[in-house]
Amino acid sequence: MSVITLKKPVRIISSASVVGRHEHAGPLGGLFDFWDADDAFGMDTWEHAEAEMQRMALTFALNKYGADDRAIDAVFAGDLMNQCTSSSYGLLPFDIPYFGLYGACSTAVEGILLASLLIDGGHFSRIASVVSSHNCTAERQYRTPIEYGSLRAQTSQWTVTGAGAVILADGGDGAKVEKLLPGRTFDLGINDPADMGAAMAPAAADTLSRYFRETGTLPRDVGKIVTGDLGFRGYEMMVELMHREGYDVTNNYTDCGMLIYNREKADVHSGGSGCGCSAVVFASHFLRELNEGRLDSMLLIGTGALMSPLTVAQGDSIPAVAHLAKVVR
Amino acid sequence: MKTTKEEYKKLAKDNTPRSPVLRDCVFAFLFGGAICSVGQALLGLFKALGAEEETAKTLVPCTLIFITVWLTGFGIFDRIARYAGAGTLVPITGFANAVVSPAIDNKAEGWVPGVGTKIFSVAGPVILFGTLASVVWGVVYYVMTCVMK
Amino acid sequence: MEVITSYLITFAVGGALCVIAQLLIDLTKLTPARILVAYVVSGVALTAVGVYEPLADFAGCGATVPLTGFGYALAKGVEKAVDEKGLIGALTGGLTATAAGIATALVFGYIVALIFRARPKEQIK
Repeated sequence: MSVITLKKPVRIISSASVVGRHEHAGPLGGLFDFWDADDAFGMDTWEHAEAEMQRMALTFALNKYGADDRAIDAVFAGDLMNQCTSSSYGLLPFDIPYFGLYGACSTAVEGILLASLLIDGGHFSRIASVVSSHNCTAERQYRTPIEYGSLRAQTSQWTVTGAGAVILADGGDGAKVEKLLPGRTFDLGINDPADMGAAMAPAAADTLSRYFRETGTLPRDVGKIVTGDLGFRGYEMMVELMHREGYDVTNNYTDCGMLIYNREKADVHSGGSGCGCSAVVFASHFLRELNEGRLDSMLLIGTGALMSPLTVAQGDSIPAVAHLAKVVR
Repeated sequence: MKTTKEEYKKLAKDNTPRSPVLRDCVFAFLFGGAICSVGQALLGLFKALGAEEETAKTLVPCTLIFITVWLTGFGIFDRIARYAGAGTLVPITGFANAVVSPAIDNKAEGWVPGVGTKIFSVAGPVILFGTLASVVWGVVYYVMTCVMK
Repeated sequence: MEVITSYLITFAVGGALCVIAQLLIDLTKLTPARILVAYVVSGVALTAVGVYEPLADFAGCGATVPLTGFGYALAKGVEKAVDEKGLIGALTGGLTATAAGIATALVFGYIVALIFRARPKEQIK
């Protein structure tokens, strides 16, 4: 698969982000559309809370655009729960054709990529892409009970409580999706579920180096290179892998997992992770930078670790995927 | 991709941020030692209150479990354990926390399939392998006593 | 003076057992659940070879409160039951000796689960 240049750039006409209290307390806290003080969003279970976050994120994105759900042709949604229930239950109130996606933490970019292609193909004119993750639902499904006491590994990351929604369209105002590069699944043998940054970095480096090779461009030709949730650990690995591929990315490369929390004050070890991490940082921070003219172009790379608690228990190593979208002002 | 699986595994291993082993061990020693000393104090207290030696020895772990269960309920235990590490894990407190935390966590899935099964998620293996080892030892001990006679 | 010394011994032995587990966690990536199981089984084994009882006599709760002490209680329980009842004691002794601890954890674990709901984890250092 080679780099796809859209016939006509697809516009990101609206976006919204909903987060929990730790994300609100972070450096980007003021940029999010809504935050909840106890991470429950008025619900009785964490799973319901995450579904509610998706509903709120899409509602806010629709309201900002000034449309109701009839204006949207399809919604692509995903999360980290078994069978993507946060998405299906959360988006139940909307009368929009629904497609559930699973790309682990790469789902935010997977949704943007697929939506852009379908709009470019002409069958759809407006598609919403919504993803979420919740720290408590992820802890329950992937790690330990919430009140279980343990020391966390230095490479471990903190699953972001957040939902992000973007609405893509064949016209209108907003940042433009210009180029796309779908990722290949990649497994370089990391099998520690507390070290996902290292497990995902090879997929991200593969996608990014292919992009540069095929387009004949260099890291300096783009405003920012942003990965989804490699965290501080994955950032180091990514820089080294890109160096081995012959590219120096240190000048303009960053990762959403490094931006969302204040590492000095918060005990988050290697940074943030989860579908919500790249989704809310892109929807609140980077889209604003693009739309307000502080950033010309960016490569957004969604990174996903494709393991389940079952494969981890069976000792399999962790495959990963990374999708790339070039978004310009 | 120019980096092979073997090269990458080595790269990832060599660059793994080190755990602060010394700090972790100091905390584990202090918290673990303190919990055991509390147990010792409780033992003295129960004896002073007139309990027999065996009863007092049984009451000590029960009391530590009782305290841990409530600390877990109030959301305090996991905050201590984040620093104490093995210091709270290895004493009977770690077992108690492993029993109650999944029980609280799985209320929404119902009393039987949720709480009832998940309460054993960590305690189950401990009881299983402990019982297994003790039965094996019991049989060996029986054979030994027969041979001795 | 004697009391202080005995507390120091309890503290040191209990702390040392925790440090061994901490080293296993930091250096071998052994998960906490595996460590708990390993400690209980080691407790049974060390009692069987006659090492743990002297340690328990020496350090008191420093040896009985860590989970190796749970294994010690299991092993002492089967020994006592086998002495009294013969081979059937191998089946009854372990759980009988540890029944109080297990029942406390289950009963109060259940009661606390009735009362509380989980709170999101804290991030503050």
